[in-house]
Amino acid sequence: MFGQRGSSRSRVALAGALSVGLAFSLTACGGDDDSGGGSTDTEASAIDCAPYKAFGELTGKTVTIYTSIVTPEDTPHKDSYKPFEQCTGVTVKYEGDKAFETQVLVRAKAGNPPDVAYVPQPGLLQQLVATGKAVAAPQETEANVDRFFGKDWKAYGTVDGKFYAAPLGSNVKSLVWYSPQEFKDSGYTVPTTLDELKTLTDKMVADKKKPWCAGISSGEATGWPLTDWMEDFMLRTAGPETYDKWVKHEVPFNGPEATAALDAVGGYLKNDQYVNGGLGDVKSIASTTFQDAGLKILEGSCSLHRQASFYAANFDKDTKIAEDGDVYAFYLPGKDATTKPVLVAGEFVLAFADRPEVKAFQTYLSSDVWANTKAKLSSGWVSANKGLDPNNMKNPIDKLSATILLDPNATVRFDGSDMMPAAVGSNAFWKQTTNWITGQDTKTTLDNIEKAWPQ
Amino acid sequence: MTTATPLTTTPPIAVDKKESTASKAKKKLTSPWASLAAIVIAVLWTLPTFGLLISSFRPERAIKTTGWWTWFSDPTFTLENYQSVFDPDAINLADFFLNSVVITLPAVIIPLCLASLAAYAFAWMKFPGKNVLFIAIFALQIVPIQVTLIPLLTLYVDLGIANTFWTLWLSHSAFALPLAIYILHNFIKEVPSSLIEAARMDGAGHVAIFFRVLLPLLTPALAAFGIFQFLWVWNDLLVSLTFAGSPEISPITVQLSNLSGTRGTAWHLLSAGAFVSIIVPVTVFLLLQRYFVRGLLAGSVKG
Repeated sequence: MFGQRGSSRSRVALAGALSVGLAFSLTACGGDDDSGGGSTDTEASAIDCAPYKAFGELTGKTVTIYTSIVTPEDTPHKDSYKPFEQCTGVTVKYEGDKAFETQVLVRAKAGNPPDVAYVPQPGLLQQLVATGKAVAAPQETEANVDRFFGKDWKAYGTVDGKFYAAPLGSNVKSLVWYSPQEFKDSGYTVPTTLDELKTLTDKMVADKKKPWCAGISSGEATGWPLTDWMEDFMLRTAGPETYDKWVKHEVPFNGPEATAALDAVGGYLKNDQYVNGGLGDVKSIASTTFQDAGLKILEGSCSLHRQASFYAANFDKDTKIAEDGDVYAFYLPGKDATTKPVLVAGEFVLAFADRPEVKAFQTYLSSDVWANTKAKLSSGWVSANKGLDPNNMKNPIDKLSATILLDPNATVRFDGSDMMPAAVGSNAFWKQTTNWITGQDTKTTLDNIEKAWPQ
Repeated sequence: MTTATPLTTTPPIAVDKKESTASKAKKKLTSPWASLAAIVIAVLWTLPTFGLLISSFRPERAIKTTGWWTWFSDPTFTLENYQSVFDPDAINLADFFLNSVVITLPAVIIPLCLASLAAYAFAWMKFPGKNVLFIAIFALQIVPIQVTLIPLLTLYVDLGIANTFWTLWLSHSAFALPLAIYILHNFIKEVPSSLIEAARMDGAGHVAIFFRVLLPLLTPALAAFGIFQFLWVWNDLLVSLTFAGSPEISPITVQLSNLSGTRGTAWHLLSAGAFVSIIVPVTVFLLLQRYFVRGLLAGSVKG
C-alpha cells in the first residue's frame, strides 16, 4: 500500500525535478548567448588607449578581481571595465563575495590570492599587507593618485610609508534622509548648522511627530550605524584634529571629547520624544534592521534618518529619489555653516601580482577616465576622484554626494571604526554602543571600549 | 511492517487524511495523540518554509514592509523575484545551479565508492594493523574541518589544482570518508558470515563477493549515506567559499549568500533564490526517504 503510493509520488517528484533541472540548464545556455551578444554591442565609450600601451602587449591576458561588492552593484562595475578590455584585450574576471573580509585573508595566507582585491577598510588593508603577499602600487598608478586624489585618501592606502592601494569608490556617510514633500507641506527648511537641526527637530516634535527613525540591527555587525553617528558628531563637536587623534588612540577613547560626542548623539537617539518614528521607543532602535528603519519616511511616520549615501539602494524602484521626489537627503550640517566635516568610507585597490596586465588595470582604475565611465553606468556610486564630473551622475543623490566630496571647503575623514584595530572597530565599538542604546550609560560604554583597545 | 512504522511520522498531513484506508492493524498500533503531536510538529516545522514560499511571490515593497501572513488579507502575486534571480546578466542562478549539480554528483559518488570498498576490507579481510587503522579513521571524525581549511588550500595551490572543481570534489570526499566508512562497515559486518563463507566455498574471490553478494545487500545503506552526503554537499557553504575561488565553479549556496546585496538591501530576492535551491534536496529526500530511515537504522543498531 505504502510502497505503491510512495513510488507514484516519487515518480511525479522525479519528473518535476528533471523538468526543472532541464529548464534551468536551458536558461543557462540561453543566458550565455544573451551576454555574448550584449557585450559586443556595448558602446565603447571610446577612451584613450595610450596610457596602457606602455605596459606592452596584453592581449589574451586575464586579471582576476575579488571584492565584497555583489549584485546588483556589481553589474556597473563589470561594465565599466569594458573600455579597458577593448583597449588592451585583457579579460577581467570579477568575483563578488559577501564573506570577502574573512575569505581574502584565508586566500592570501594559503597563497591563492586574487590579482586584485577591493579592500573596504584601511585596517584590513594593513592586515593583508602584513601577509607579505601584497605588492606595492606601480608608479603609473601612484602618479594618477597624486593627481586625482587628496593627500588624505592617498594616506589611507599607504602602509609603513609604502603606497599600496589606490582609492576606488567612496560613499558619503554624513547624510540625513528626509521627505521633500513633507518639508514643503509643513514649511520646514533644510538646516545648515547643528543648532538649526536641533530647532528643526523640536519644531517637528511640536507638530506632534516623532522626527527621527533609526535602526542598528545588522546581523553580527549590529551596532555599526551607531558608530557612524558617534564619528559624525565627534567630527563636529571635537573637530577633525581631535578626531584623528581619537582614531589613532592618541587621545583616550573615553576622553571628554568622546563623552561629549556620544552624549550629543544621545540627545537625539536616546530622547523618547525624538525617536523612534513609526517603530516604537528608544529600545526599538536596537531591534530594527538598518535597512528597514529609513523606509518609514515613505510611510510618513518618520521625518529624518541619518544614513550613508548607499542607503539609496534600499528604496524600491518606484521610489523617486530626488530633491522634488519622494525621498532625498541633506548634508548633516557642521557646527556652523562654514566648516564642512564629511564622514566617508570607500574601497581601495590592492594588488597581489605585479604582472603588466595587473599594473595596467590598476592604472586604469585610478584614472579619471574610469571614474567618469563608472559614474555614467551606475547609480548609488561616487568617487573622491577630482577628475570626476558631477554631471555624469544620473542619480541626484550621487550628484549631491559628489558635490559634498569635491567641495574644496570639505574636511573629509574616513570612517574611524574601519581604521581602528578589529577588536575595537568591528567588535567592542559595535557591541558597547548597542548596549548603550538599550540603557547602558555613556561613561560605562566608553570605558568598556577603551578597555578593549589592544595594548 | 516494522520498517513501515517510522514512515508514518515523516509525510504527516497526507498520511493522516488517508488514515481511513490504511489497514486496521496499523490503526491499532497508532495512537491518535501521537498522530496529533506529529501533525502539530509537522505544521510548526513547515510553517517557516511555507512563509518563505509565499514571500517569494510577493512584490519587493510588500516583502520589506509587511509579514508574509498579510498575504491572506491582501493577496498580491508577482513572478518578478524569480525573474530577477534567473536574470542571465546579473544574478544568473541557473549557472550556479548547474555548478551545484556538477560539484555534488562526484562529491557523493567518490566517497561512496571508496568507502564501500574500504568498509568491506575492514569488515571481512585480514591484514596487519587493521584495528589500528580503523580506529585512526574513526578518530578522524573528531577533527573539525575548519582547522584543515588553510592547509588544504595551500596544498591545492602547490598541486596546481586551485580554482578547479577538483578542490571541491576532493575536499568533500575527504571530509565524508571517515563517517561513510564507519557506517558502511557496521552494515557490512552485520551480513551473516555464512553468506560470505558460502560464496567463498563456491570459489568467489574478494572482488566477486563484494560485487555479487554484498553490493545488492548494501543498497539501502549506500542510499542512506548517499542522501546524507548529497544534502551535506548541496547545502555546504563553508567549503565552497574557501576552495571554489571563482564564480565559474561556485555552487548555488555561494550565490545565495550574496543575494541580499552588498549592504543587505536586496533581501527580497532571498526567498525566491532559496526556493530554487531547495527544490533538489527536497526531491532527493522524498524519492529516497525510505532508504534513508531503513539504512540509518541498519547502520546504527549494531554500533
